[in-house]
Amino acid sequence: MTEFLQSLIRGLGSGSIYALLALGFVIIYKSTRVISFAQPAFMLAGAVLVSYLAADVGFFAAVPIAAVLIAVLALGVERTVLRPMIGKPVFVVAIITIGVDVVVRVVTNAFIGLDVRQVGDPWGLSTVTLLGVEVQQRYLVMFGTTVAVVAVLFAFFRFSRVGLAMRAVAHDQEVALAQGISVGSVFALSWAIAGGLAALAGVFVATGAGVDQQLWVIALKALPAIILGGLDSLGGAVVGGLAVGVVESLVGTYQGDVAPWLGPNFALVAPYVLMLVVLLLKPYGLFGAKEVERL
Amino acid sequence: MKGRPDLYTSYAQDMAFLNTRPKRAWTGALVVVALLVPFAITDDLLMLLATGFVAAIGAIGLNIVTGYAGQVSLGHAFFLAIGAYTGAALSGDPDGRVLGFGVTSLPVWLLASGLVAGLAGLVVAPIAVRLRGLYLAIVTLGLVFLGEHVFREWTSLTGGPGVGRPAAVPELFGVRLDRPSEFFSGPQQLYLLMFVLLVIFAVLARNLVRSRIGRAFAAVRDRDLAAAVIGVDLTRYKALAFAVSSFYAGVAGSLLFVVNGFFDPGSFGLLLSVQYIAMVLIGGAGTISGAIMGALFITLLPRITRELPAVLPFISADATGAVTVFQVEAVLYGLLIVVFLIVEPRGLFGIWVRVRNYWRTWPFSY
Repeated sequence: MTEFLQSLIRGLGSGSIYALLALGFVIIYKSTRVISFAQPAFMLAGAVLVSYLAADVGFFAAVPIAAVLIAVLALGVERTVLRPMIGKPVFVVAIITIGVDVVVRVVTNAFIGLDVRQVGDPWGLSTVTLLGVEVQQRYLVMFGTTVAVVAVLFAFFRFSRVGLAMRAVAHDQEVALAQGISVGSVFALSWAIAGGLAALAGVFVATGAGVDQQLWVIALKALPAIILGGLDSLGGAVVGGLAVGVVESLVGTYQGDVAPWLGPNFALVAPYVLMLVVLLLKPYGLFGAKEVERL
Repeated sequence: MKGRPDLYTSYAQDMAFLNTRPKRAWTGALVVVALLVPFAITDDLLMLLATGFVAAIGAIGLNIVTGYAGQVSLGHAFFLAIGAYTGAALSGDPDGRVLGFGVTSLPVWLLASGLVAGLAGLVVAPIAVRLRGLYLAIVTLGLVFLGEHVFREWTSLTGGPGVGRPAAVPELFGVRLDRPSEFFSGPQQLYLLMFVLLVIFAVLARNLVRSRIGRAFAAVRDRDLAAAVIGVDLTRYKALAFAVSSFYAGVAGSLLFVVNGFFDPGSFGLLLSVQYIAMVLIGGAGTISGAIMGALFITLLPRITRELPAVLPFISADATGAVTVFQVEAVLYGLLIVVFLIVEPRGLFGIWVRVRNYWRTWPFSY
């Protein structure tokens, strides 16, 4: 039981990383109908930025500063690279975001070097005993912060004027334009939010483990999460992200005993199996809107 | 219709394989040049071009499913891997370290690789035909990750990560093509082999896409609902597109590492899939010649950036300087894709069309 609870909490912790990244993907998808493959690079850049800033201003000040800076970077990328591509086929745009990802990542890698950089977080690998179960503090922090961020984000979309504008654009860009909403700034804002979320996720990945050049691979785990939850559902992204984290962690704990023939490290690809199973039953994910087809 | 080559009097004439005179002339000239090239350039460039030709076969395959039938697949690396391992296992040494059956005849393992990969495509198709757009793209991406896992763990077939296994043995009628013969060097023979195979598969693909099936593919791409209404069986044609594309991927995969002779399971990751998508998009989606141009462009790109330190002295050629050639290569790769697609979303083929249209009506090109 202890083992189960531990791996569950571990799963929720890493799941909240995936949830933050998935939210970024979904926010960009909802407003621009494009999947941004640049998220991994923003995540990496965020973690690296914190690892530099933390030495001067401390960890807790460095994280919001880095998130804002990465948000500005993402906004800049949207304005310069993505804006000319509005109306072009989505896959051309998706490939462009891969190009952006490569460029940002190579530049960031130059700041990492060959060593592992530390972000200077206060938790490290230390543990705390919660209801008789020993868990790592960082997983609790990740989960708690993600819950708070998600709550703020949902309140923003639900109650603020800008959030309303973003929902309107997600619903129908032309109609939103006709209501006086600046669709362009909604695009830019959604990239900025996604960049900030990615930076936060990057810091979480780096807590306890540090930043190295392979960190970006983790961001790809958000892809099964968004498909699982449905591409255009914010709630689905959170649920999908947490589900991916928990499944990965539980499979990692038990698969060695239950099904050793699947080979070690099967946990890393288990989310994709989960995604395939869900899609066989629900082609638009758990919460995704079914596409309305008209001739 | 002498003297009026552009006047078509029948549908068959319009749909002909090479329907205009310049097309016939250019294609003929290109083939002649390609056949003369191996006697003019060095062996390492020949190997690179041979790899480019193989990549072109794979890109044509991806173009059939993505460019013509409109089903974006990021899973091409998975099918390439299936082809590569089928070919390598069939032609491998039966007494070797890894699985091998000793069937070294090239046509046999080439076709077998294609068929096995095509079957895998058919198996995946039922999932794929239910999904559209980005959902499909990411599910096929999942295939790549699952495939990577399987090939990493199945060490008796693949040799395991970091170790790898020998690639398929290119033996035609008892002659090892990768070893020098009386008249040609090994790279020259491989180059010619890959070129002939590319021509065969390109012609086959061109004929497929100008047939009833190709028109059905295009209808599915443009609007699948409308295609269904006019009587195109969506499930059937989407599955067919996947099967044909995977067949091409299997063939390309089995040849891809013949030039190097060795490969490991790490080669078939996300990056490979992205490269093939980039080939199709940079070349121009929905064109056979575009796929070939894109494949050659992407294959030669690292080589071109490798030459940069000679021109720009601040880039250091080894891994120690402030700006190394490897960084420049990676950045340039990303930047080129970005700039290219912003400036010309129809790709290299689009540029060619613009050039062609300029000269067609020259000097009245407006």
